[in-house]
Amino acid sequence: MARQPEGPPPPPTVQKLRLRYAKRGRLRFASHRDLARALERALRRAQVPMAFSAGFTPHPKISYLGAAPTGAASEAEYVELGLAERRDPEEVRARLDAALPPDVAVLECVEAAEGTGALADRIDAAVWRVELPGVALAELQPAVEKFLASGVVTVAKRTKNGLRDVDARAPVTSASAVDEAGCAILHMVVRQVTPAVRPDDVLAALAAVADLRPPLPPRAVRAAQGRLDDTGAVADPLGPDRAARTRCQGEHAAARPAEPVA
Amino acid sequence: MTRKPRTSTGESLYPRLEPLLAQVQKPVQYVGGELNSQVKGWDDVAVRWALMYPDAYEVGLPNQGLMILYEVLNERPDALAERTYAVWPDLAALMREHGVPQFTVDAHRAVGDFDVLGVSFATELGYTNLLEALDLAGVPLHAVDRDETHPVVVAGGHAAFNPEPVADFVDCAVLGDGEQVVGDVTDVVKAWKEQDRPGGRVELLARLARVEGVYVPRFFDVAYGPDGAIAAVTPNRDDVPARVAKRTVMDLDEWPYPKQPLVPMAESVHERMSVEIFRGCTRGCRFCQAGMITRPVRERTLQGIGSMVDRGLKATGYEEVGLLSLSSADHSEIGQIAKELADRYEGTNTGLSLPSTRVDAFNVTLADELSRNGRRSGLTFAPEGGSERIRRVINKTVSKEDLVRTVTTAYANGWQQVKLYFMCGLPTETDEDVLEIADLAVEVIRAGREASGRRDIRCTVSIGGFVPKPHTPFQWAGQASAETIDARLKLLRQAINSDRRVGRSIGLRYHDGQPGIVEGLLSRGDRRVGRVIERVWRDGGRFDGWSEHFSYQRWTTAATEELARFGVDLDWFTTRERTEHEILPWDHLDSGLDKEWLWEDWQEALAEEEVADCRWTPCYDCGVCPTMGTEIQIGPTGRSLLPLTPV
Repeated sequence: MARQPEGPPPPPTVQKLRLRYAKRGRLRFASHRDLARALERALRRAQVPMAFSAGFTPHPKISYLGAAPTGAASEAEYVELGLAERRDPEEVRARLDAALPPDVAVLECVEAAEGTGALADRIDAAVWRVELPGVALAELQPAVEKFLASGVVTVAKRTKNGLRDVDARAPVTSASAVDEAGCAILHMVVRQVTPAVRPDDVLAALAAVADLRPPLPPRAVRAAQGRLDDTGAVADPLGPDRAARTRCQGEHAAARPAEPVA
Repeated sequence: MTRKPRTSTGESLYPRLEPLLAQVQKPVQYVGGELNSQVKGWDDVAVRWALMYPDAYEVGLPNQGLMILYEVLNERPDALAERTYAVWPDLAALMREHGVPQFTVDAHRAVGDFDVLGVSFATELGYTNLLEALDLAGVPLHAVDRDETHPVVVAGGHAAFNPEPVADFVDCAVLGDGEQVVGDVTDVVKAWKEQDRPGGRVELLARLARVEGVYVPRFFDVAYGPDGAIAAVTPNRDDVPARVAKRTVMDLDEWPYPKQPLVPMAESVHERMSVEIFRGCTRGCRFCQAGMITRPVRERTLQGIGSMVDRGLKATGYEEVGLLSLSSADHSEIGQIAKELADRYEGTNTGLSLPSTRVDAFNVTLADELSRNGRRSGLTFAPEGGSERIRRVINKTVSKEDLVRTVTTAYANGWQQVKLYFMCGLPTETDEDVLEIADLAVEVIRAGREASGRRDIRCTVSIGGFVPKPHTPFQWAGQASAETIDARLKLLRQAINSDRRVGRSIGLRYHDGQPGIVEGLLSRGDRRVGRVIERVWRDGGRFDGWSEHFSYQRWTTAATEELARFGVDLDWFTTRERTEHEILPWDHLDSGLDKEWLWEDWQEALAEEEVADCRWTPCYDCGVCPTMGTEIQIGPTGRSLLPLTPV
């Protein structure tokens, strides 16, 4: 039998908070592990009363959802925290934001509503914006059209188990090209698949189908994540928590005697 | 007009660097912006320092020495300091291709634009990385080729106590504690710049050479005799001292640095905050250069430690505090430190750790306090020598019975994993001395199983080759050859594996002998070794402390070809035993240790005689305190930890 530390078990989770944060600027080069370490330290500096796992090496209760790749910026990273004491979500957001480096911004913090399901089940697609410095719209546009018209575009992808061929076309549910100040921008919605298809893979696919080879490294930003709806848009994954909270407040309001309207 | 106008603007290279970062491994190590890092205005200060740790960021960032100087310098209103680290070959290749020079991570300024480039050498294996950084920075490799537009290259750290192998590449070396001398160097550079650089670079170096603790190699000539040994080292100016003495900071409580430890975004080798609880060591282990060159012992007080821990934890968010020193359990108040800190951080998951513990200083109460709020991971002891005989030779005396009893006590009290550190190739060592390590490990496991009633306890034996170092009693010793080391390690491995029932509870981690020979060449080398370093760098040598980058062949080829003209070779510098009166390359550099005392201690080592610690027994005249005007500063102070002021 595994040994247990002496003393009482750590206090349980009494509140779950769900966060959306951004990684920007220089910290787009931070990896998922780098950000996880920074978040854990920031939680300590911000004195957020985290719940800890039991055992000889207690860990704070933090669930990470699929992180944007190293090198990509993001406006929509999600994480769930388990707290051992209740706190006001907005206060936690502000304190954590202040404790993190300037290039990591905590944008939203909501309390997880009971019975609305797991956060992970509310994310199955990402919206990407990829800046292509040195590429003209006139080059990108036909490349995207050719890509969308293709049935399957196989690219070689480096995975843990070596190089693997993946289809970069199927997970892309929409893609378009626009011009901003002479720089071509690729917008696209990509479904979550295994192994993941990332902006780099789609760019490799554009090189394969249309020989599009950007002269400078492209800059990708994950603009949003969520569940793909019938219209091809992604829904806000924190929406159900917010809605439940509003509903809850509404019920409270309904239970109170109606106040006279001035 | 010989002087080129100084055009440096401190402009950020980041826009040019950023496109390259998308193409390299672990790019976050190059972006800076760490918690508690600082960027000061280029034009707001008189003197600008680039501080380099010549190894990868993940190794260099946690370095305490660099962190201390970074803060001390940045606290001065007239100075700024930024950090730079060795860049990996993938980025170095792209930087050369795109003309991006060596940069600091703080504001991505070109290293060549700074007034001073301070390089901290904890180990000699960083020398090729210095050359790589100079080359990437566009700074001439050879000090004599530099002019006033180039930074003054200053070496520091323990390896600077024999900077002769890099004498051609550095302008100065600083001996001893850096906290005060960096201020003195800043003052000299500032005055010289304000006077519009009179006398050019040579005058600046002459002024620096008159700062206590600063050695300027170019002002000393080295002559060699027909046997290849040094005949004389003589100053070639009459306005610089003939011997350079180390610097010593007294009263550590007045220097509570780092106050705001840097916290990297990238992973580093030490994921914890460190507080240096004392400096110096007088245990007298004869192999230990650090213990010899950092004397005397100067303790930080319990209260000083308490306030550094408090401030540091608040500033970093780390969950572990390392109580650092050369032998932390020897602090006169260690029991109280551990207990009162554990009381203070009760219930916060904040762990305390000591880097390693002397077998004779370990007790369960102390170990329990250290792990009370954190993780009871493992214990590390460093007996260093396998047999009692060899432990007398190295003056780290502990009996086999005591060792077994201590480790067994640890197992019986719930520790499952114990690490034991040893060295191989110590002076007078035989195969039998090393094979006793196997006996010891087997006995530790047997006794540990019995005492704890468990079969899942483990013992890891970690062993590496001994490298004789300057300013130690073993500075005269012949280093064991790589073949000897490898053969003894092979015997040890066989002995441990011979009893499978116990052997599977024993792990063996070892380093083979070849890198130690190169370290030996660089440690006890003289100026002639500079050619070897340069040749190795030109042949592609980088990151010599990393097995995947180290090439023994590259070093032996370079040594053979570059040293032949001098009539010496690799063995001459490494496996050769020196005689009493040979002039050693570092004899003109004064660590305070009396050379006659070192020789006597070497003779006593050969006679297997011990010497006691001068903290608890009378002075044995090593020479440091009278020469340097210093004294032992130890407690106990009799005071307690002050309560924390609520925030």
